[in-house]
Amino acid sequence: MELCAQKRPPEDERRVKANARDYNEKFQYASNCIKTSKYNIVTFLPVNLFEQFQEVANTYFLFLLILQLIPQISSLSWFTTIVPLVLVLTITAVKDATDDYFRHKSDNQVNNRQSQVLINGTLQQEQWMNVRVGDIIKLENNQFVAADLLLLSSSEPHGLCYIETAELDGETNMKVRQAIPVTSELADTSRLAQFDGEVICETPNNKLDKFSGTLYWKENKYLLSNQNMLLRGCVLRNTEWCFGLVIFAGPDTKLMQNSGRTKFKRTSIDRLMNTLVLWIFGFLVCMGVILAFGNAIWEYKVGARFQMYLPWDTAVDSAAFSGFLSFWSYIIILNTVVPISLYVSVEVIRLGHSYFINWDKKMYCAKRRTPAEARTTTLNEELGQVEYIFSDKTGTLTQNIMVFSKCSVHGRSYGDVQDMLGHKAELGERPEPVDFSFNPLADPRFRFWDAGLLAAVQLGNPHVHEFFRLLSLCHTVMSEEKNEGELYYKAQSPDEGALVTAARNFGFVFRARTPKTITVHELGHAITYQLLAILDFNNVRKRMSVIVRNPEGKIRLYCKGADTILLERLHPANLELASITTDHLNEYAGEGLRTLVLAYKDLEEGYYGDWAERLRRASLAPDAREDRLARLYDEVEHDMMLLGATAIEDKLQQGVPETIAILTLANIKIWVLTGDKPETAVNIGYSCKMLTDDMTEVFVVTGHTVLEVREELRKAREKMMDGSRSMGNGFSCQEKLCSSKLPSVLEAIAGEYALVINGHSLAHALEADMELEFLETACACKAVICCRVTPLQKAQVVELVKKYKKAVTLAIGDGANDVSMIKTAHIGVGISGLEGIQAVLAADYSFSQFKFLQRLLLVHGRWSYLRMCKFLCYFFYKNFAFTMVHFWFGFFCGFSAQTVYDQYFITLYNIVYTSLPVLAMGVFDQDVPEQRSMEYPKLYEPGQLNLLFNKREFFICIAQGIYTSVLMFFIPYGVFADATRGDGAQLADYQSFAVTVATSLVIVVSVQIGLDTGFWTAINHFFIWGSLAVYFAILFAMHSNGLFQMFPNQFRFVGNAQNTLAQPIVWLTIALTTVVCIMPVVAFRFLKLDLKPELSDTVRYTQLVRKKQKTQHRCMRRVGRGGGGGPRGPRRSGYAFSHQEGFGELIMSGKNMRLSSLALSSFATRSSTSWIETLRKKKGGDSSNASSPSGGADKTLKV
Amino acid sequence: MTSKSREDAQHPPSRCPDNSAFKQQKLSAWQPELTPASVLSGFILIGVFCLTMGVCLILSARSVKEVQINYSDKCLNCSKLRENSSNWNTECLCSADFKLEEKIQGDVFMYYSLQNFYQNHRRYVMSRSNAQLLGRNTDIRNSNCAPFSTYRNGTPMAPCGAIANSMFNDTISLFYYTNLSTAIQVPLLKTGNSWWTDKYVKFHNPTSHNLTSAFAGTARPPYWQKPAYLLDEENERNNGYINDDFIIWMRVSAFHTFRNLHRRLSRTEQFADGLPAGNYTFHIFYNFPVSRFKGKKYLILSTVVWCGGSSLFLGIAYTVSGAVVMLAGFIITAIHLKLKKRKTYFQR
Repeated sequence: MELCAQKRPPEDERRVKANARDYNEKFQYASNCIKTSKYNIVTFLPVNLFEQFQEVANTYFLFLLILQLIPQISSLSWFTTIVPLVLVLTITAVKDATDDYFRHKSDNQVNNRQSQVLINGTLQQEQWMNVRVGDIIKLENNQFVAADLLLLSSSEPHGLCYIETAELDGETNMKVRQAIPVTSELADTSRLAQFDGEVICETPNNKLDKFSGTLYWKENKYLLSNQNMLLRGCVLRNTEWCFGLVIFAGPDTKLMQNSGRTKFKRTSIDRLMNTLVLWIFGFLVCMGVILAFGNAIWEYKVGARFQMYLPWDTAVDSAAFSGFLSFWSYIIILNTVVPISLYVSVEVIRLGHSYFINWDKKMYCAKRRTPAEARTTTLNEELGQVEYIFSDKTGTLTQNIMVFSKCSVHGRSYGDVQDMLGHKAELGERPEPVDFSFNPLADPRFRFWDAGLLAAVQLGNPHVHEFFRLLSLCHTVMSEEKNEGELYYKAQSPDEGALVTAARNFGFVFRARTPKTITVHELGHAITYQLLAILDFNNVRKRMSVIVRNPEGKIRLYCKGADTILLERLHPANLELASITTDHLNEYAGEGLRTLVLAYKDLEEGYYGDWAERLRRASLAPDAREDRLARLYDEVEHDMMLLGATAIEDKLQQGVPETIAILTLANIKIWVLTGDKPETAVNIGYSCKMLTDDMTEVFVVTGHTVLEVREELRKAREKMMDGSRSMGNGFSCQEKLCSSKLPSVLEAIAGEYALVINGHSLAHALEADMELEFLETACACKAVICCRVTPLQKAQVVELVKKYKKAVTLAIGDGANDVSMIKTAHIGVGISGLEGIQAVLAADYSFSQFKFLQRLLLVHGRWSYLRMCKFLCYFFYKNFAFTMVHFWFGFFCGFSAQTVYDQYFITLYNIVYTSLPVLAMGVFDQDVPEQRSMEYPKLYEPGQLNLLFNKREFFICIAQGIYTSVLMFFIPYGVFADATRGDGAQLADYQSFAVTVATSLVIVVSVQIGLDTGFWTAINHFFIWGSLAVYFAILFAMHSNGLFQMFPNQFRFVGNAQNTLAQPIVWLTIALTTVVCIMPVVAFRFLKLDLKPELSDTVRYTQLVRKKQKTQHRCMRRVGRGGGGGPRGPRRSGYAFSHQEGFGELIMSGKNMRLSSLALSSFATRSSTSWIETLRKKKGGDSSNASSPSGGADKTLKV
Repeated sequence: MTSKSREDAQHPPSRCPDNSAFKQQKLSAWQPELTPASVLSGFILIGVFCLTMGVCLILSARSVKEVQINYSDKCLNCSKLRENSSNWNTECLCSADFKLEEKIQGDVFMYYSLQNFYQNHRRYVMSRSNAQLLGRNTDIRNSNCAPFSTYRNGTPMAPCGAIANSMFNDTISLFYYTNLSTAIQVPLLKTGNSWWTDKYVKFHNPTSHNLTSAFAGTARPPYWQKPAYLLDEENERNNGYINDDFIIWMRVSAFHTFRNLHRRLSRTEQFADGLPAGNYTFHIFYNFPVSRFKGKKYLILSTVVWCGGSSLFLGIAYTVSGAVVMLAGFIITAIHLKLKKRKTYFQR
């Protein structure tokens, strides 16, 4: 493992020669061995200790320890600090060691993966870590790529190979890589062994989509690009084998360069705690200064005269110096106000909460066999304070499964689920789906509930036939038939997959295609259409068409596309049909379905011939090819005949609308940030009820320039303010106030608004001078949807809210494009779904269903927050009560830093006597049962408003602690001052006083924790009673004869416990102290509960009453998905189609079809790589339009 | 074992969490609630208890008879004499008279009380060697006794440390005037005043055939008149480190004003019932100067009851807190009844 950690000189460029290990050795490139672990057995202790002492708290305690070794200062024995410190260091070290052990294990697993390396002309199995730069390795189908490789050759034609990059960028659709032509012929080992090309390329970097280099071979130069590279982390798919030359290995690979150290996240409670600790530290110094002055004055006035009996230390020559020393002494004994065990206890509690999350059966997804996982154990209580959720769409809200749900054919709508009486059936009471058994080629997974459509097909309705014929012809799906009748569709957009599958099941089976033909089984008869042209899809056209010639020789154009576009292009004869279809489209859109309109047009032979000729010429034109083609396409797609419309359901994840509704009730604002198109995003917004048709207005910002965006945002704000004014809900604001305090006004607007903003508008909106405006507008809206955003923009939006809103943000997503926002947000949640594991790896929490979010936040988060707050309040209280007694005692012992308690009590108080009960409360406490937190989402509010632990609560705890310490000191003082024991002996000796105060302190804080504990499980009982028992056991043990005999100078309190605690007056003192310390607390708590109950109190109270009455009434507000009420207001298009341009051309070129399956010879005319160029260009153009390369737009769906 | 591992191989371990009450956070639990009934009755009960307790304590404390004599002023001349260290060997006797109007019945305890004597000072508290007091032969130079550990010539002090050195060493005797001229000494017990554990566990004399040889090679602390083995010349078993006066002194006080038990009345002859009424005199051989640090010395004669001496503090504290708790209970009841129905969150 050590060889991983070499230091290497920085590189200017990288030179790699194939098959020349000796040559490459000179450059000392990193080997392919990766190391994510931090320690080994030897370095663990020093390195870990070094790291731990970088923590301020630990250094502080080390400093105290050193202070204690100075005899003039030492007011405590050295072990009072060292025992807790060692305990804390050990716990942390054990945790670090286990973490590192697992990293070692995973490193080993990765490093020991096998790969085939070409060494001395033969393929040999090697472990990954032994692969060197310059080696040629062979990959087989479905293998992980071991390092960053230059693709040399593959089993596929033209040196193509397909890879899946899920682990790298989260996209699950396959990507194509191609070897450069000269090397693609090197297909056997003997020729590869002779390959001695040299690559000179860029130095290791983290840019996943860029590579530049040159291959020098046989005196020729070949330019290399990312298109020739296979990156570590990818998986080879659909390619039998390929060979690659290792360019970057191990830590130099782009994957590893990208996995930067994750930022360490702190919770807001952490930050508050740190501030408070600083304040407490300041307070400590103040106390020290007061007592030091006291000491100086005392030594000057009293101590100087008392020197006869108690001379000053030899080093001390003046009262002032004595005061100075006493300052340090007091710092030592008062240090327990900042208890070292605080940080460890907090970590332990959070760890416990993390385990509860991991163990939660209700967050386990049986289908994917994944339990929820708290990957970070330090953020739990922040889950109870979330105000903003930023959600990805695809894979998070939706399953990215498209289902053919409804259709409208020639003015009749099919697809409504009907019950016996013909009424629309509610969800959940579905009858049997339609039986497709007549069709041997049907896809068994396809479900449709309206038998009417199948009947129409079987009755031979020509419109329905034409409808499905269109669906089976007009697409870019590839089919694969492994066995007879076993069809697999490779669709590059899931929508198309759904449409073609629907056609397949209704008897129009798309069977096979060649570049020039499409074979369709129409109700059992194989018909081969001649494919004349594919008028490809793009985002401007929003439609695609095919021109086919049927066996009878008729030429027909089939077109599908957006309603907004197609309805304008219909033949006037369709007017009536169009209006009916529009009604249907509205209905579909209202249900959040994605709609497409289908149309056809017959073309005359002559016209087509002419058009085709012009098309051919245009496609060969050197300049403005695109424009010419577009114009030609536009010309032919006119005066079409309407066939109908389809509606596809973008399947939501389970329970998404319900979850969103509950989270909204909990006052959490949900923003959807998606790389998808606005249409799709809006559709999903409607289907998961973030947007409703009842909303006052949905603002759509699509401006391209700064001015436009600003204007649109301003208008939106004005409208909202107009709205709230016209609503006139007693909220009439003066103009002046409005203009000066815009945000506050917008906070209180009436009516529900939503904001949809586009990627390029967002880019402007996020600029420094507009971001506030944007934020104000967006925060005034109930729902915000950002579309076409890049991963970086996702992070920027999160950052913006974090910066100005001071609110806790949570980002949830499943793809690699969500990683940036997951890392930026306070809490990142990864959906462990289909899209790789990058998001999960970057996330703090992961589970497999969006709906678990409500449980994570409302149950786990809420409890964590509650428990942590109660814990902190109690912890500060108990330490102040404990420590401040020393302060009061200082005034009575000449400010000499004499402790009140036995030193063992001081050592053990925080780590034994009082630690476990409060830990048990911090881990197990519950105020209301989990079901109630779902029923009353408002219970979540205290966390968002920071009500349970803030500076005010802190001061209350401190005040309570100080109050307790005053009584704890002065009541025993009053009693002891001139009292005697029942047997006449002296009572007020120091040791008896110490035992009395310590005992009453332990009892008071135990009673207090008993009051604070709202949920007494057996464990709480055990710890609370156990702590008291342990206190007395240890007390008697420490004061026993045996220990004293062994260490007379250490255990001085011999016989004290039995002598002191036998006195009734001591017990009376303890009882009085307890009563006086506790009763005010009880009174205040009761009055608060009685007069100003929190929601949780009320819920608990009703729970109690309910339990008594044994009656049940549900108050759950069900939130269904039912699509009641038609859309109001202006018509809304339901168009959404995730498709990518370029595949039409790819199909027509035949490049993606196997050599065996077709006669390629006739298509060799076009340049072989042009389609790849086109694809890349299109994609590049797309992403420069500020869109996400992944998102939902382009994913493969195998149907 | 093997069958189990084979089973594991057949069914990959389920990742589904266990359905245990602990892991699902469904442990049965008692959820206490501050109900009006329990809180109000709690307040009244505790209030009643405290009041009763307070009255009992006050009555008990009032039944204690106590005489307190400040003799630091009366013996001012002795105090002045002592402060000059050259006079350490001269004896100074002073006496304090007082009259008992009525007799003190029962066990009578004699205390000395010091004011402004900071026995609870950190350096003072530390300045002792428990090992030495246990009779062990330890090197006291390593203990906290400095500067009272050894003399310049290296002779260790026995006992060492500031506490031992500053031991209260006034010799006090009490005389009772049976008539105007004749006074008889009141018999007082020197032993049995300290804790059993102190006398028999915490303190031991060094083992040797006699005490003198046990303390051989050591010297008395500088402020002592007599070496440790001569503290009680009459009683061999009350000598050296296990001398009761010494043990009591070594149990340092928590505050700078304190009283230590010094003697007990030996209830014999005319003192069988306690101290009869009449005139008394304390004869004090003054050895312990306090005036330099503005200290005060008292002698106290007192009886005790079950709850100790005459201090009224606890009784009053109980009465006051009992009253306050009761009052608070009534106020809370009033508030609760006035608002009658529990307001709910939803009604707000």
